Amino acid sequence: MADDPSCAPVDLRRGAPAERVPAHISRRTFVVATVALGGVTLASSVATGATPRSATESGVAGRSPVGRLALTVNGEHHTIAVDNRVSLLDLLREHLGLTGTKKGCDAGACGACTVLVDGRRVASCLTLAVRLDGAEVDTVEGLEKDGRLHPLQQAFVDQDAFQCGYCTPGQIMSGVGCIAEGRTGSAEEIREWMSGNLCRCGCYVNIVRAVEQAADQG
Amino acid sequence: MKPQPNAAVGAPLSRVEGRLKVTGRARYAADHQPEDAVHAVVVAGDVALGRVTGIDTRAALSQPGVLRVISHLNEPDLAYGGVARSEPERVFQDDRIRSFGQPVAVVVAETLEGAQHAASLVKTHYDAQRPMTDLTYEPGGAEPETYARGDAEAALRASAVRLDMTYRLERTHHNAMEPHATVALWDGGRLIVWDKTQAVLGTRNHLADVFGLPRDSVRVISPYVGGSFGSCLRSWQHVTLAALAARETRRPVKLMLTRRQTYFGTGFRPRYDYTLRLGSDRRGRLTGAVHEVRGETSRYQNFTEPVLVPGQMLYSVPHVEQTYRTVPLDINTPTNMRGPGYATGVHVLECAMDELAHEVGVDPIDLRLRNEPDEDPSSRLPFSTRRLRECYRLGAEEFGWHRRNREPRSTHDGDWLIGTGMAAAVHDSGRAPCRARVRLDADGTALVEASTSDMGPGTYTSQTQIAADALGLVMRNVAFRLGDSTMPPAPVHGGSATMASVGSAVQDGCDRLRRDAVELAVADKASPLHGADVNDVVARGGRLHVRNVPARGESYGHLLTRNNLTHLEAVGSYAPGESRHARFAFGAVFAEVAVDRHLGLVRVRRMLGVYDVGRVINPLLAESQAVGGMVGGIGAALLEHTVTDHRDGRVVNADLADYLLPVNADVPDLRAVYLSGEDRDADPIGAKGLGEVVLVGVAPALANAVFHATGRRVRHLPITLETLL
Repeated sequence: MADDPSCAPVDLRRGAPAERVPAHISRRTFVVATVALGGVTLASSVATGATPRSATESGVAGRSPVGRLALTVNGEHHTIAVDNRVSLLDLLREHLGLTGTKKGCDAGACGACTVLVDGRRVASCLTLAVRLDGAEVDTVEGLEKDGRLHPLQQAFVDQDAFQCGYCTPGQIMSGVGCIAEGRTGSAEEIREWMSGNLCRCGCYVNIVRAVEQAADQG
Repeated sequence: MKPQPNAAVGAPLSRVEGRLKVTGRARYAADHQPEDAVHAVVVAGDVALGRVTGIDTRAALSQPGVLRVISHLNEPDLAYGGVARSEPERVFQDDRIRSFGQPVAVVVAETLEGAQHAASLVKTHYDAQRPMTDLTYEPGGAEPETYARGDAEAALRASAVRLDMTYRLERTHHNAMEPHATVALWDGGRLIVWDKTQAVLGTRNHLADVFGLPRDSVRVISPYVGGSFGSCLRSWQHVTLAALAARETRRPVKLMLTRRQTYFGTGFRPRYDYTLRLGSDRRGRLTGAVHEVRGETSRYQNFTEPVLVPGQMLYSVPHVEQTYRTVPLDINTPTNMRGPGYATGVHVLECAMDELAHEVGVDPIDLRLRNEPDEDPSSRLPFSTRRLRECYRLGAEEFGWHRRNREPRSTHDGDWLIGTGMAAAVHDSGRAPCRARVRLDADGTALVEASTSDMGPGTYTSQTQIAADALGLVMRNVAFRLGDSTMPPAPVHGGSATMASVGSAVQDGCDRLRRDAVELAVADKASPLHGADVNDVVARGGRLHVRNVPARGESYGHLLTRNNLTHLEAVGSYAPGESRHARFAFGAVFAEVAVDRHLGLVRVRRMLGVYDVGRVINPLLAESQAVGGMVGGIGAALLEHTVTDHRDGRVVNADLADYLLPVNADVPDLRAVYLSGEDRDADPIGAKGLGEVVLVGVAPALANAVFHATGRRVRHLPITLETLL
């Protein structure tokens, strides 16, 4: 398929503003603007890197308690002020415009929101964003390199390891973690260590084959 | 015109949208982010019956960023005309509570967290009554649906063998991985929604009628659906709520139901109590059957599904009597779930056949062969195709069926009792009128569109395959688009009807366009095809040429450019004619289970399904769908059960931790085989549909295997370990 049909029909600019912002401000400038509101410059927070600091600051401009954090998502640095209640999942989806990570249950029971935090698989719906100061987060959007699919992404296509595709980003991130953890010694082991990710279309047999394929490629 | 050569159709091609799905770029409903969008969160009621006497919104409204709390107290102005006129589930039009979890308010705020927190602060007061939600104790019922042929009671009295069995199948929920979500945006008097739906046009029509708008003022966009299984064949209240919230706040609104809310805000497969009395002679030839079915429905809507059909047509039974009564309860309305009606009816019938086989001492396959009809016993029409005998023969061979010891509880593996079971599967071959638009550009690429959906079966890919072959293009030069109400009308994406209906319209549209191109070429003196017989020209790899003379021809591009045409366009259509055949897809499912003799734990060891579905457009995707159906059937047989607390009508396991679904470790190697062939009497492309039939026979095959392993007949779904202790 040439392109994403969902992108074609409607001419509406898609940003993912965290809060209401004037239409002419891009997401990137908005992040800076938000940080400026918190009284920290972007340059300094990125430069000082991941120094943990007090995560909360209540009632900025009459708003809900806001925490500041600097984190890396798919290799890109972000310095952000967020409502303390924001989960990593909603940070990615609603604030950073990374909608590849999916919400299936918002309760840690389905695995659709699986991402890697400092290389470990986590349920991003159960992870508060403000706890992630200094963290490195990897999502499905970061796997492709120079237009080439990650071996596990390619294996999912080759093995037809999905149907509707909604659990797929979580399955793939979980599979990347599973391979890194060395839990791919047998089909049984993969099944066990991939059982935190539900697939209602029932693609488990092919998911196991895809993880095997990618693991075999080293 | 003669048929085009097949290159793509029948090939095991990977999904055309695969790259978008594995990179996270496929955009599902809640992934759409109109600028300035705000968030709506539903406040669900926590009584099942009564009236709302007060809603205190002060704390919610005092929260930063909260824009609005909408409830019936705001008396929102909604037209509810047209198809929505008869709708009982009207959003915020009165103070009545009809079922647990019914939306009583919706909170709109600048941020999701703000809306969620404010929703938790809305205090609702009720005048609550005790609900009746238990099928067992509700004596009433609607006017039953009935069917009769012959005199079943008399036949049973005269039968040498009689069985009387009551099965209970518990309520189950679809639990697609994507929760229902709607993003709504008003652009002047026009409404645009990105919605999770299997009914693009149905949702458009519903919203237009609810809001009193002309239909072309509503646009529904739904390019990707994260599973559905029937749960969004109709438009539930949250769709209206999102559009209402957007209208009231003059902001684009995103609304996603919580997982818990999907249990109350959308439908489910209802619970059934099903009594079947079966009579046969000593050799297992069926003489009569009496079916008495009771199923849940809501007080305000009567939901029925084709539970009775399998009992009418699967076996050659001379005398049949059926009564199907829905029982109105204080619950929300059920809906279709994969294999609607058939999954229920076939489960009971196929377990009953296993019981009969055991009773008369006949192999279960032999029993079925003895009762195999030559025509549809209910309509007296010939089957378009019915290749169940082949399914049984091939399945038995591949599975090693005849190696089993027929005696129950006769095979052990340590503490595990081993059993095998089989069942037939059937579902009708749905089809409905459809249109498709085809455009071929001078650069040799084509765009094909229909307002259908792809909830996972592979509509994008299979329709691209059909179009590519019919136009004689390679796959990468064809794009198939769907999921937009501005595209040509297509039926709802369900009932295994998409392949036959949309596929036939796409085939027709592409055939028309190719014919137009060929006629243009043969009449064009500058074309190498000038003067050729129209019927002798084929299209391949983007070129038109004389059949068997590849050198005599030219590309679409040359033809169009020379004739100063930027593109050719055609509209294809399909309208099913009157049927001279009974059209059904069939299958035979085989299962092996191990049951822990001490703990009652059931593990599936292996399964095989053999299916007769007519033409298979893409064997790779078809296999995935069948294996997925088996996984769904494992859930239905062994795990899934929506549990209601009848004291207040709440579902107690309305989450994915307590509603058990199969996980990876529950699923061994599963295998599906499709009989090759096609069914030209079913529809123009010869496909009978497969999404439903692959779910239907799985649970009974597993239940019969559990009986064979343990000698215990559990007439209850799911078969959990406590039922085996």
